[in-house]
Amino acid sequence: MKLHRRDVVGELLRERKELLVIAGLGSTAWDITAAGDADTSFPMWGAMGQAAMMGLGLALAQPKRRVLVVTGDGEMLMGLGALATIGVQQPANLTVVVIDNERYGETGMQRTHTAFGVDLAAVASACRFKHAITVTSDIAQVRELAYRTTGPNFAAVKVLDEKLPLVLPPQDGVLLKDRFRKAVLADVLAEKP
Amino acid sequence: MQPDWPAEIYKELVGAGVRVVGYVPDAGHKRLIELCQEDRNMRAVPLSTEEEGIGLVAGAWLGGEKGVLLMQSSGVGNIINVLGMVQVCRFPLAILVTMRGEQGEFNGWQVPMGQNTARVLETMGVAVRQAGEAQTVAGHVRAALLKAFEAQGAEAVLINQRVIGIKSFQEQRSQ
Repeated sequence: MKLHRRDVVGELLRERKELLVIAGLGSTAWDITAAGDADTSFPMWGAMGQAAMMGLGLALAQPKRRVLVVTGDGEMLMGLGALATIGVQQPANLTVVVIDNERYGETGMQRTHTAFGVDLAAVASACRFKHAITVTSDIAQVRELAYRTTGPNFAAVKVLDEKLPLVLPPQDGVLLKDRFRKAVLADVLAEKP
Repeated sequence: MQPDWPAEIYKELVGAGVRVVGYVPDAGHKRLIELCQEDRNMRAVPLSTEEEGIGLVAGAWLGGEKGVLLMQSSGVGNIINVLGMVQVCRFPLAILVTMRGEQGEFNGWQVPMGQNTARVLETMGVAVRQAGEAQTVAGHVRAALLKAFEAQGAEAVLINQRVIGIKSFQEQRSQ
């Protein structure tokens, strides 16, 4: 049995409360939007390969908040070095979840490296992530990592390679940035002239 | 006497409230990296490639912290595409670049990127300040940090190979 990506992301973001979310370019940005757009979500429309690093920067700046990066296997593969960099910093509040359909979904469903057996969780584990798992059915386990377990945590969630209707977030980068900061830093920003 | 420009940069970073310093090492940045590592209020983050630094400081800004990036000129070539995000989102950006491929360069493979560093940055919307003398480095860094964080600017300070000391490269060659 394989999971549906929107079900997975919907379940991860259900009652998300204080959770801060970064989504990588492509399908995962549409997935988090389908689950309900929020000011504390930063869907990326570019900078492929940088979602995990955005999560690291955010996790270091906001050590008291949980940070979740939701990205695709293609996006993660473009920035594998980020896993090593995160492993050095050991952010306890960061979880990276790869929604792994083994395909480049936006460009014609070409197979990614994971379709040939490349094991992203093993890479994360070798990079000193505290927990690194591959999941094919049990999303509760991934929720536990994202909301409660001391990180850095990593989960590759194997999903069907389905082509779904686009659910697009705002594309204006300044809006996405400013709404996020306003939501997270309201008190700090209020002090500025 | 040549001013202690790495220490001066460090003071500017402290003064501007920089808390996150992403770097790919360079001989020219050795002392500044060490100063940042020793500062318990700063997080010095070694990167596996310069591109990661753009994500790092953008993420830190989303969370309310100021970050800068240290790299050498060759590293600028590794960040070109992701500078698009900086431009579109108007993320503050301050990059301190130690130059290679200028006068005194012993490695010809450094020359193409060194000769085009400023052009590449400007083409991607990053304002370039040339620090040609040790005395001018701190002032350029201060101006860059101010513009980056107060006006959401993208700024790079290019520290000339003359400032870094050509001798050290000659020493490297002999090693």
